Amino acid sequence: MQAPSPQPASDVTMRSQTFPMQMAEEKKPAGELSKLSATNLNFHYGTFQALHGISMQVYDKRVTAFIGPSGCGKSTFLRTLNRMYETIRNARVDGEILLDGEDIFKLEVSALRRRVGMVFQRPNPFPKSIFDNIAYGPRINGSVSGSGIKDHVEQSLRRAALWDEVKDKLHDSAYGLSGGQQQRLCIARALAVNPEVLLLDEPCSSLDPIATAKIEDLIFQLKDSCTIVIVTHNMQQAARVADFTGFFLMGKLIEFDNTTVIFKNPAKKETEDYITGRFG
Amino acid sequence: MRHFEQELEQLKGKLLEMSALVEASVQRSVAAVTQKDRSAAEQVLRDEARINALEMEIDEFAINLLATQQPLAADLRLVVAALKINTDLERMGDLSVHIAQRAVSLLSEPVIQPMVDVHHMSSLVESMVRKSLDAFVANDADMARSVLSSDDAVDSLRTASYHELVSFMEKDPRNIPQALDLIGITRSLERIADHSTNIAEDVMFLVKGIDVRHHAEARQ
Repeated sequence: MQAPSPQPASDVTMRSQTFPMQMAEEKKPAGELSKLSATNLNFHYGTFQALHGISMQVYDKRVTAFIGPSGCGKSTFLRTLNRMYETIRNARVDGEILLDGEDIFKLEVSALRRRVGMVFQRPNPFPKSIFDNIAYGPRINGSVSGSGIKDHVEQSLRRAALWDEVKDKLHDSAYGLSGGQQQRLCIARALAVNPEVLLLDEPCSSLDPIATAKIEDLIFQLKDSCTIVIVTHNMQQAARVADFTGFFLMGKLIEFDNTTVIFKNPAKKETEDYITGRFG
Repeated sequence: MRHFEQELEQLKGKLLEMSALVEASVQRSVAAVTQKDRSAAEQVLRDEARINALEMEIDEFAINLLATQQPLAADLRLVVAALKINTDLERMGDLSVHIAQRAVSLLSEPVIQPMVDVHHMSSLVESMVRKSLDAFVANDADMARSVLSSDDAVDSLRTASYHELVSFMEKDPRNIPQALDLIGITRSLERIADHSTNIAEDVMFLVKGIDVRHHAEARQ
C-alpha cells in the first residue's frame, strides 16, 4: 500500500470529488432527503492528511455505516460531523459540511452538538446517578422545566430500551450498571436533548452479543425519529443495521451505496477485497 | 490461502465433482435412447445414489459456511449460487434417470419411423449442459449468457416433436406405448435444458451480481 500522497490525484479521489454529481444523477436514491452533506472535505492532523476530498450525503432518518480498516479516516470523518475534533491540537479541516443546508462551521458549537449527538466506543457515564446522567443535558440547556424532568428522564430511558431494567434504581450510581446497560444509558443521555442526528463510534465494540443485539434493535427503533451514523469494525453489524454504507480506505471514501449493494455486489475492487477479508 | 478460501475451493471442488457426474449421466441417458445402449442406461441408474449423496453433502457444506463464515460479496454469491446450482444438478440427475428408464423400455421396441428429432434436441441439450457447467468452472458470464438463448430452440423442438408423436398415435394405436415413452424423454430433455438455463442464470449472478431471471434485466 502506498502512503496517501499530499496532493491526491488518484482515480479514487477523483471519484470522491465528483461524487455529489454522481449522487444527483445516478446514485441518489429516490425519496431520500439529505440531512448532512459533506463536500470536498479535507482533514489534517498537523502535516498528516487524514481525509482527502470526502463528498457524501447522510440521508434523513436513515442509518449510515462507515466501514474500513483502522486508520482509514472513518472515525475522523464521524468526528467532523459535530466538530468533535476541535479539542485536538493541530487538527484542521477544510471543505464544507451542511446540516439541513446550514454550514456547521458557522454554527455555535454547543448548538451543533445539541443537534448532532455522539456516543463513543466505551461507555462513559458521568460519576452520577442514572437519573442525573440523563437529566444533566436538559438541565444545563434548560430545555425541560423542573417538573417535567422526571417524565423526560423516563422517556429518554424508554427510547434507549433501558427503562424496565433501571426504573427501580434510578438514584443508584450509573457505574453499577453492566457494560451494555451503561452504553444504552449513554445513548439515553444523548437522546435526552432530542438530537436530530446521532453519531455512534463503534458503540458495540466492548459489548457481548446480547448487549450488541439490544443496541442494534435500538438503532432500528431510533431511526424513525433520528438520523444515525455509525462507525463499526463489525461488517456484519453494518450489514444488519445500516441502510447505506460507505467504505473508507487511506482517508478516501472509496465507495458509498445502499448497504445491500456494498455487501452483495460492490462496484470497487478495494471494497470487495476489504469485506471479503482479502485486504492487504 | 486463508482457511475460508480453502473451504470455498473445497465447495467448488465438490460442485465440480457433482457437475461431472450429472453431465456424464445426461450424456449416457441420451446415448441409451439414441444408440440403444443398455449399459449406458444402467450406469445412469447406478450413479443416481452418488449424485443424491453429493447433493446432501454440498448443501450441508454450504450451509455450514453461511453459518460459520458469514461470507460477503463475491464469496456470498458463490455460496448462494452453489446451493442453487446443486439443486438444479440433482434434478438433472433425476431427469437422466427418467430418460434412462424410458430408454430401457424402448430397447425391445422397433423404432417407429421416422424417429422424432430426439437426436437434434439431445445434442442441443447436451451442449447447454456442457456450456452452463463450463461457464461455472471458468466464471464466464458471456458463455453463461449464450446458454440462455438456446432454451427457446429446445422448447420449439419439444413442441414440434410432441405434435409429431400425437399424430403417430392417431395413425396407429400400437404406436402409443413407444410414443408415450418418447414424449416423456423429450419432456425430460426440455426440463434438463431449463435447469441448464437456471445454472447459467446463477453463473451470471455469481460473476456479475446481476439477476437475469424472468427478464429482470430488461425490466431494469
